[in-house]
Amino acid sequence: MSILEILFWFLTALALFGALMVVFSKNPVHSVLWLISVFFSISGHYILLNAQFLAIVNMIVYAGAIMVLFLFVIMLMNMNTESEPQKSKWLRIAASLSGGSLMLVLVAALKDTSGKVTGVFKVEGNIGLIKNLGQVLFTDYVLPFEISSVLFLSAMVGAVLLGKKETNSIIS
Amino acid sequence: MASLTNRSKVLEQTPLNLMERLYLPSIFKGMAITFSHIFKKKATISYPEEQRPFSPVFRGLHVLNRDEEGRENCTACGLCAVACPAEAITMEAAERQKSEEHLYREEKYAAKYEINMLRCIFCGLCEEACPKDAIYLSETFAPSNFTRQGFIYSKEQLLIPDPNTEKEKYQVAKGLREVHKKNK
Amino acid sequence: MTILQIDFFYFLEKLLLIGGVITFSLVIAMYTTYAERKVAAVLQDRLGPNRAGPFGLLQPLADGLKLFFKEEIIPLTSNKLLFVIGPALAMITAMLTSAVIPWGSTVNMFGRNVSLQIADVNIGILYVFGVVSLGVYGIMIGGWSSNNKFSLIAAVRGASQIISYELAMGLSLIALLMMTGSLSLKTIVEQQMSGGWGGFLGWNVLYQPLGFLIFLICVFAECNRTPFDLPEAENELNFGYHQEYSSMKLGFYLFAEYINMFISSAIVSTLFFGGYDIPFVNETTLAHTLGGNVVALLGVAALLAKIVFFLFFFMWVRWTIPRFRYDQLMDLGWKKLIPLALANMLITAIVILWLNK
Repeated sequence: MSILEILFWFLTALALFGALMVVFSKNPVHSVLWLISVFFSISGHYILLNAQFLAIVNMIVYAGAIMVLFLFVIMLMNMNTESEPQKSKWLRIAASLSGGSLMLVLVAALKDTSGKVTGVFKVEGNIGLIKNLGQVLFTDYVLPFEISSVLFLSAMVGAVLLGKKETNSIIS
Repeated sequence: MASLTNRSKVLEQTPLNLMERLYLPSIFKGMAITFSHIFKKKATISYPEEQRPFSPVFRGLHVLNRDEEGRENCTACGLCAVACPAEAITMEAAERQKSEEHLYREEKYAAKYEINMLRCIFCGLCEEACPKDAIYLSETFAPSNFTRQGFIYSKEQLLIPDPNTEKEKYQVAKGLREVHKKNK
Repeated sequence: MTILQIDFFYFLEKLLLIGGVITFSLVIAMYTTYAERKVAAVLQDRLGPNRAGPFGLLQPLADGLKLFFKEEIIPLTSNKLLFVIGPALAMITAMLTSAVIPWGSTVNMFGRNVSLQIADVNIGILYVFGVVSLGVYGIMIGGWSSNNKFSLIAAVRGASQIISYELAMGLSLIALLMMTGSLSLKTIVEQQMSGGWGGFLGWNVLYQPLGFLIFLICVFAECNRTPFDLPEAENELNFGYHQEYSSMKLGFYLFAEYINMFISSAIVSTLFFGGYDIPFVNETTLAHTLGGNVVALLGVAALLAKIVFFLFFFMWVRWTIPRFRYDQLMDLGWKKLIPLALANMLITAIVILWLNK
């Protein structure tokens, strides 16, 4: 086994273990922290794919910003098992049914790709490097890229609207 | 509302102009001020090695005085105890015996002389009241102690060292009193 | 000689370098605590620590020893595991950044060209951002797991402050990146070294003064230094997010802050002040007369001098400027610095386009 393979299997095990722990942790804060470790191992996978830019952006955006907001909310809400309402039996059955069918779909979709897994160990792809990525984004995919930025803009406007003080509300 | 004294000033608050709103010029000014303090004289005195001189009017711990021959000045007249506003001084008088003339200057002396330093307010009225120059406030602080009893100073603790047998200690305890007296 | 397809000597060389950098930053952090107290004293007409050793130089050792021997208190109602992880995370994230900083050019040792940089990754600056954004976790986990209201408020403050200022920081650097065209810190330094006057005219601070200012302000905020030390505002929050900590765990938090300062100073000097460039000296001609190794070491010394200046600057500002109110802090970050950084970006882009035409 080459060092790349060892790293790959290690990161994979870590990612899967972390993902399982996200689901099975009782404490929501622990869940979030396990999710962060999942993001880390996925970033590691990106680096193995020679996509440093994606790896670091994944870390900045997901682990650095979004998960901090998650933590923020969970810490301030102070959730624990006593205060949380218990879910009804039917809800649990429905949840496991829908989750199971999603897994079925995923397995069915990934079944045929088994022959292509070996490609993972190749480090030749350069698409993840910042230069190539930028070129592709601004030439081939410029329209979706710009549209997604409009999406962000609308989200921003929404946030500003929500955060703005209402000057002529009924109370005043 | 009409002003009563005509001394009130109306505070004029103009909105900050651009330079002031930038804050940077004032920040630089402040930093220049702090930087200039690097070169200023330090106010610190490294205490045990260096000691600040006492003020001429400093009133510290009491000392029971002796004359040049080493005899106690105190006659236990009780004027200091009467003068004391905090009632910190107590004493018991005794008559001098024939063989004790080298110990006490007058016929009467204080057999017991106690000052409660917790009550004492270091006003110095005892020193002013004393007709015999027997008590004065020196240039030392009352040291700390673990018990209240420890702050009641006995005569042995208050008495100045004998000028004949312990000359150096006597000089230290005497302090700068004579110098200050002359300067007055 | 290769093990697992890795050049063993390369491995050893990097290990030594990592060990060196870590020890070095720890020692520097130790003496920064000393310098902080000394500078504070000097700026306030005092003497500062001068009892332990000559000029009080052994003071940090005494402080460290004291922290080690203090009783370790873990609050009963705290989340024990996270309580221990908190300071460790703070320390790790503080240390991680030093991996991409070029401490000097290459040194020739035993016939090998040893680069004085742990990892010259082509996304150096982004790596720094990634690690900085993770620095929040040390504060947040520590503050939350202490199960203390003051700690929690401090942690929330710290986290929102760091996230807010990261934006302005990134935007201010985009203008710089448009000029350099590279994210690698080593390339940025080499570009600056090729400027006139022995590299001095190449320093980015001359072309990006506004970007530098914004970056510097954001660095202050990221390091939780005065005037942005709201997570540690003693008069509002008792002690801040590390209130429940004691012994070396507290020491780790305090140390992490000083290491952050050190690394931030290194990054500011690398990005804007030429890194290991010696101003007014042409390194290549000097290398012919003195030899490459000497010049490389001189370069390290130059970088260190710049870092020391910025460390002093950190302290200087701390003992000059009072703390912001929280709404003022957010106001400055979101309404002042981000628009300014955007404007700076726009102007830089226009100038670059105009020059290239």
